[in-house]
Amino acid sequence: MIRDITLGQYYSVDSPIHRRDPRIKILSVVMYIAALFIVENFIGFVMAAAALGLAVAVSKVPIGFIMRGLKPIIFILIFTFSINIFMINGRVLWKLGFLEVTDNGLYTAAFMSVRLILLIIGTSLLTFTTTPIKLTDGMERLLYPLSKIGVPTHEIAMMMSISLRFIPTLMEETDKIIKAQQARGADFESGNLIARAKSLVPILVPLFVSAFRIALDLAMAMEARCYSGGKNRTRMNGMKINSGDLIFMAANILFFAATITLRIWR
Amino acid sequence: MENIIRIENLIFDYPREEGKDVLRAIKGISLDIEKGSFTAVIGRNGSGKSTLAKLLNGLYVPTEGVIYVENWDTADDNHVWDVRQTAGMVFQNPDNQLVSSIVEDDVAFGPENIGTAPDEIRTRVNKALNDVRMGEYRLKAPHMLSGGQKQRVAIAGVLAMKPKCIIFDEPTAMLDPKGRHDVLRIIKNLNAEGITTILITHFMDEAVQADRVLIINDGEIILDGNPAEVFSHADEIKDAGLDVPVAVELAVRLRKRGIKIPDDVITVEDMVDFICQYK
Repeated sequence: MIRDITLGQYYSVDSPIHRRDPRIKILSVVMYIAALFIVENFIGFVMAAAALGLAVAVSKVPIGFIMRGLKPIIFILIFTFSINIFMINGRVLWKLGFLEVTDNGLYTAAFMSVRLILLIIGTSLLTFTTTPIKLTDGMERLLYPLSKIGVPTHEIAMMMSISLRFIPTLMEETDKIIKAQQARGADFESGNLIARAKSLVPILVPLFVSAFRIALDLAMAMEARCYSGGKNRTRMNGMKINSGDLIFMAANILFFAATITLRIWR
Repeated sequence: MENIIRIENLIFDYPREEGKDVLRAIKGISLDIEKGSFTAVIGRNGSGKSTLAKLLNGLYVPTEGVIYVENWDTADDNHVWDVRQTAGMVFQNPDNQLVSSIVEDDVAFGPENIGTAPDEIRTRVNKALNDVRMGEYRLKAPHMLSGGQKQRVAIAGVLAMKPKCIIFDEPTAMLDPKGRHDVLRIIKNLNAEGITTILITHFMDEAVQADRVLIINDGEIILDGNPAEVFSHADEIKDAGLDVPVAVELAVRLRKRGIKIPDDVITVEDMVDFICQYK
């Protein structure tokens, strides 16, 4: 059940998007997120959706897989939508008790939801098409200038890649603990919200304990394999920007420029 | 033959915890390991066998005595990376020793740490993965693999550092029979290729395949010799809280009934052969 979450997972297939340099992809996603917040009208969103749709199509990641990634945020989506639809003043379209749906509200709610969906798909496309290790490598390189002023960029990147690596391991661990507790009669499915939250304690405590144990084991295994931080480290897969990367980046800058123009021009 | 590891009067104490006495895990061990040999170390839980493994790799530093790995003192900070490169280590839990989310990146982790050139890393990774027959899984995520496969990846990760010696700390303890079989076969192949192998285990049927068996009890070596010699002391082994291999147990009982069975019958195969030819 827990394994169904696709958000933040790598989808292994070869495509032009997969082959792009991670630095380029990270920058593009940052630009895309910025663009989504600059955009404020219908044409802009159509443009953003089209750009993303094109990227998805090229990436060969199945739509169904991407949609499954949206599942965990459905609740947030509904929440944002309802807040916006009822809370914004404007011409009343429809009224139910104290709840009013206004034209502005409907408009904003729709925009917000579309923005959120595009945001999630855009960022998850990055993780679907980039292996965690490349992603953290990319981050490390992009943040490299900060290491000059004492920011431990290598350590941060290593921490991120290790947490990504251990998400499935900890999920399995959680599953195991839940089953062990259920076998001994623990009840996680009934009672009110507070009772359920309380029943999580016997899961969380052993989970923390095993997380510490895993960390200890891993630290020892890393030391045994000569890990000594970022100094004098080499990489098997060096990063090189090729012409494909430049074209991809150019397309992104074009899109970004277009969104800004659209905003100013209106 | 030349010795790759020399241990002299080794004593190791675990640091004192509040209100507790020092725990002396290793109580004076002297030992030489020959280059290219296959040594099995057996002992029950808490006997000090895993502690010994971590001392050999420089993860722990001796309280007293010295350990030399290829003439480098493991306590010498200047050579700790040489020691760890020479004497690689594979741990018990297959999940908790893989660092990366991609098999081949994980194998590359060791060589990357020691600053190997990228092309050379690529060659080593491919070779190491082929050696453990995991080549086709090189782009998979570790959590999609079985325990035995993960353990093979861990072995490849050590192999990529081109060690002369590999210490296996109960590598099969958490595996199913199939995984155990595969891992053990790889260990034997590597030994045949000239890598000095130290296998820490509590499975007797694994130990009988080694050239030399050490039995550790309570921080001391109580028996040391080739498997036939060691397992002829069945009573002492049982006193140390260990089982003897099934074939040895059977041989002991048959001898009591007056059947002459040679001492070197220690594996099930040997026993089957002996019984079939018995007149």
